Amino acid sequence: MNEHSMTADLEPYTTADGRRIGGVMMDLRNITLRFGGVTAIKDISFDIREGEIRAIIGPNGAGKSSMLNVISGFYVPQEGEVWFRGKRRPALRPYQVARQGIARTFQNIALFDGMTVLDNIMTGRLTMMKSGLVAQALWWGSAEREEILHRERVERIIDFLEIQNLRKTPVGRLPYGLKKRVELARALAAEPSLLLLDEPMAGMNVEEKEDMSRFILDVNDEFGTTIALIEHDMGVVMDLSDRVVVMDYGRKIGDGTPSEVRNNQAVIDAYLGVAHD
Amino acid sequence: MIYREAGDFKTTYQADNQTFPLRLDRMGYYAILAVAFLVIPFVISDYWATSVMVPFLIYAIAALGLNILVGYAGQVSLGTGGFMAVGAYATYKLTTMFPDVSILIHVIVSGLVTALVGMLFGLPSLRIKGFYLAVATLAAQFFLIWLFNKVPWFYNYSASGQITMPERTVLGQIVTGPATPAWAKYLVCLTFAVALAWLARNLTRGTIGRKWMAIRDMDIAAEIIGVNPLTAKLTAFGVSSFLIGIAGALFFSIYLGAAEASEAFGINKSFLVLFMVIIGGLGSIFGSFAGAAFMVLLPVFLKNVLSGSLGWPTDLAAHIELMIVGALIVFFLIVEPHGLARLWRLTKEKLRLWPFPH
Repeated sequence: MNEHSMTADLEPYTTADGRRIGGVMMDLRNITLRFGGVTAIKDISFDIREGEIRAIIGPNGAGKSSMLNVISGFYVPQEGEVWFRGKRRPALRPYQVARQGIARTFQNIALFDGMTVLDNIMTGRLTMMKSGLVAQALWWGSAEREEILHRERVERIIDFLEIQNLRKTPVGRLPYGLKKRVELARALAAEPSLLLLDEPMAGMNVEEKEDMSRFILDVNDEFGTTIALIEHDMGVVMDLSDRVVVMDYGRKIGDGTPSEVRNNQAVIDAYLGVAHD
Repeated sequence: MIYREAGDFKTTYQADNQTFPLRLDRMGYYAILAVAFLVIPFVISDYWATSVMVPFLIYAIAALGLNILVGYAGQVSLGTGGFMAVGAYATYKLTTMFPDVSILIHVIVSGLVTALVGMLFGLPSLRIKGFYLAVATLAAQFFLIWLFNKVPWFYNYSASGQITMPERTVLGQIVTGPATPAWAKYLVCLTFAVALAWLARNLTRGTIGRKWMAIRDMDIAAEIIGVNPLTAKLTAFGVSSFLIGIAGALFFSIYLGAAEASEAFGINKSFLVLFMVIIGGLGSIFGSFAGAAFMVLLPVFLKNVLSGSLGWPTDLAAHIELMIVGALIVFFLIVEPHGLARLWRLTKEKLRLWPFPH
């Protein structure tokens, strides 16, 4: 089957709830990633369109996180091409990818435990802060102005995610659910055009999941941020996402809208298991 | 009751970003500065300057430098002694080559030279971490000391192999050499210590400090949010070595007057400064000063008590003193592994509530 035929027509359209979905932002073409003898991702192609929420699902070990790591530049695939905004992306270091406007959160929270919530979120704006070493050492002009300017932007995100009371708390002291939220805040502080979320709701209770889902939808809606997320909770995935990629054993076994995916026989087999005869 | 933050409101982010957000802290800080600059110089004796204040201030600068590297950027270094030697020898070469240029400028330039050397030896940190990096910096320590002993150009071909600081003046006042008055030594060191602490504080509270701490806490995540590990680690090595180089320059020119590389800047010095940083508190400016004070004052205090007050023979007292200092370090780290800075913070948190239990 031709992989690209599954990607519907590429004309921009407006979703039922009024969000505009644009052209292709990130196009992954025939990605293959190996670790020694293990092939984590086998010849996968899919795209992410401007403004959409794209979910990547699959059983454990399917290669979802590896896929996200390829997008964020952490792994360089042995084969295949990554196209971003109509240009082929060369092999970049992760910090260079970050500067192109791609931010992410991690499956196992990767916050800076020794720093306060505020400082953690401020790190999200590092790529935009330009004052030099000497200006900072003397706390002169540009250094202080810049600090205040970015603080204002960060405060908006703090308001948005409702963590005002935690500003000066060291992150190491926070409970799990709030850490996840701070990590999202840090990613948002970078004002990314593409936000990658690796299991944003893992280990949360129903209420926390509802909160997080609401934040994800709001981010997409208010900031127009394109989101690619990995999630195991099928209810959440089906409700949130515009399109879903299904992976199993490093292969793509399905791609389409939630309802298409739900009725895909290969997907049902992968999730429920199938009798071998 | 007395120490509290209630009613201390901030209405601008600028006010919120201050080094001492609490008014009481701020007043305390200015009071200490005023005493240090306006009172102590008039009353300080030779003994207090040479055995307490001057070494304390110089070690505080070195500890500050090492703390930036170890405490803020998370890169272990055992090369402090070697980098101090770079600062000392740079000052010596500069001041003998250009005797007319102010010694203060030479000290700062020596810091810059040390920064370059530090960045060079910091290059391995891009590939290796933790103990392995410690071993690499240990190599720097031995190599640098060897270099200063083996290449006569560094000590101007003097017969003894020592470097000796000539007499230099600042604004007409002698600040180096045997004829220097106590207060002049003290004031030069104090000025450098205060200025450099202020510099270090500014760096650690801003963008660069956050980059360092991000690398320290989780280098992978730091890179994902856009920190270039190369520049972050190398600036840490550079700034750290700058401070350590200035400490070495002052240690030689103001404190010792004459020095020989392996004796004055050996591996012992690296460990001593590392102790200061760990006891004072990793990742704390105050901790650097507290650690330096602890390690400088404790031996002086014990010596005075043992051989002075108790009248023990000096050799016995000297050995007992070493044992007590060692035991106290171990005890201290067991009781408060996060150093004096943490202890100080806990005290302040308790003081906020005192005398009420909640």
